[in-house]
Amino acid sequence: MRRILRYTLRERVVHWVAGLSYVYLLLTGLAFWSPLLWWLALLAGGGVTARSWHPWAGVVFTIAVVWMYGMWRGAMRATEGDRAWRRAIGAYVRNQDENLPPAGRFNPGQKALFWVMFYGGVALMLSGAVLWFTEYIPWSWRAVRFAAVLLHAAAALATIGGFIVHVYMGTAVVRGGFTSIVSGEVSEEWARAHHPLWFREISGGSADKR
Amino acid sequence: MAGKTLELVRISANSHPAPGIRQTPTLAKYIDTTSCIGCKACEVACQEWNDLPPEISVQFGSYQTLPQLTPNFWNLIRFRELDRDGALSWLMRKDQCMHCGDPGCLKACPAPGAIVQYANGIVDFQQEHCIGCGYCISGCPFDIPQLSKKTKKVYKCTLCVDRVSVGLEPACIKACPTSCLQFGTKDAMLEEAGRRVEQLKSQGFAHAAVYDPPGVGGTAVVTVLAHGDQPELYGLPKNPVIPLAVRLWKGPLKWLGNLAMVGGVLAAAAHYLRFGAKVVPGDGPQGGE
Repeated sequence: MRRILRYTLRERVVHWVAGLSYVYLLLTGLAFWSPLLWWLALLAGGGVTARSWHPWAGVVFTIAVVWMYGMWRGAMRATEGDRAWRRAIGAYVRNQDENLPPAGRFNPGQKALFWVMFYGGVALMLSGAVLWFTEYIPWSWRAVRFAAVLLHAAAALATIGGFIVHVYMGTAVVRGGFTSIVSGEVSEEWARAHHPLWFREISGGSADKR
Repeated sequence: MAGKTLELVRISANSHPAPGIRQTPTLAKYIDTTSCIGCKACEVACQEWNDLPPEISVQFGSYQTLPQLTPNFWNLIRFRELDRDGALSWLMRKDQCMHCGDPGCLKACPAPGAIVQYANGIVDFQQEHCIGCGYCISGCPFDIPQLSKKTKKVYKCTLCVDRVSVGLEPACIKACPTSCLQFGTKDAMLEEAGRRVEQLKSQGFAHAAVYDPPGVGGTAVVTVLAHGDQPELYGLPKNPVIPLAVRLWKGPLKWLGNLAMVGGVLAAAAHYLRFGAKVVPGDGPQGGE
C-alpha cells in the first residue's frame, strides 16, 4: 500500500507540543474548576504545583498556537467548496461520506476546530495573563479581573468542546487519523476517501507518490 | 490556625456539608468611626500579636500608615478628609477583613479548605491549603486579601481567631483607648451600635447609621458611620455584593459547563454506538495502517 506524507515533522512536533500542553492545562484547569475533580491536581503533584505550572504550560500552549497559526492559517481559510460541505454536514455525521462534496487538505470541520482552538487560545492567554498577575491589577480596574474570570472559564469550555470532538474524530471515527499525526503518513486510499481534493492536488491527478 | 474547638460551617472548594454542628453565637467587632481618634494603637497591636514583620510606611500626603493593606499589614486606619459646608471633617475608619456572612473569597476559592468560615462568624485563610491563585482577591467586595510575593499565599485579618478561640478579645480591640472598638456577640454589638446611632442623631448627624451590609450576608464587623447614607466617604461600598462575575462563574456557568462537558463525552459515545467508524473501501482495518 502506497504511503503519502500528510504531516511534516514540523507540523507533528507543533501539534504535539500544543496537544500535550493542552492536556496538562485541561487536567489542572479542571481541578481548579470543580472540587469534585480536585484529585487531578493531586495527580499533578498537588495544588501548589499544579497552580504554579499551569500558567507556564499556558505559555508553551500559546507559543504552539501562534506557531500553528503561522503554519496553517492559509490551509484553514474557508474555500468556496466549504459552504456546500457544511450544508451536507449531516451526511458526514452519519458516515455517508459518499454524499459529501470533496474536501481539501482540511475539511470545514477541521477548519472550525482550528479556529475554535485559535481564538479560544487567544482568549485563554489574555484572560490567563490577568489571572496570573491578579494582585497587580489595581482595585479601580477590577472590572478587568471580573472579565478575566468569566472569559477564562468560557473560553476553556469552548476549547473543551473542540477537544472532545477532535480526539473522538481523530481516534475513533477517522481511523488512521491518529497514526497520521504520529508517523506523518496516510495510505493512498485514506487520502482519496477523506480528502479527495487534497489527494488530487498532491498526486497531480495521478496516483503517484510525491 | 484555629483549634479544633471551633466549628466549621463553610469550607472552600468543598462539595460536602461542613462538619460544624454545635450552636455558637456569632461574634462581631464594633467599630465606632465617630469616636476613633486615629491613634493607630490597633495597627500596632495587630502587628505585635500576629508577629508580623514591620512595613516601611509610605508618605503620600496623609496620616495613613500605608496606601493599602499588605500581606504583613492586616489592619489599617484610613484617613479621609471631608470638606462640607465650610467645615472640615476628618473621617477615620479601621479597614480590615469584614468577615462576611456570605464570603466572596470563600466562594471563589478553588483550593479545598484554604478558606473556612467558623460558626462564630470568623472567616479564616488556611495558608497551608492555599495555592496562591488569587481568585479570592477577585471574589472580595472589600479589596482585602493580599498575596505575598515571598510565600505566594494570601493573608488578611484572622479576627484573632487564636485569641477568640480561647476566650480573649482580638488584639486591636484590646488596644483601643477610646472604646471605639468593642467585641462581643453580634447581637450585642448591633445593640450598642444602635444606641450610638441614636446618640449621633440627637447630636445633629441625621444620617448616622450602622453599616452591616445585607448583600454579603451581613459582616462580623459592625461599623457606626456619622454619614451612614454615604459609606463611600469612608471608602466603603454602598451595597457590597459578591461580584456578579464570580456568582455567574460559580453558578450558571458552572452547571452549563458541567452539562456541556459530560454531554459532549456522552454524545461522542452515543455517536460511536450508532454510526461507528468511517469505512474506507480497499483500506486496511486500521485505515492508515
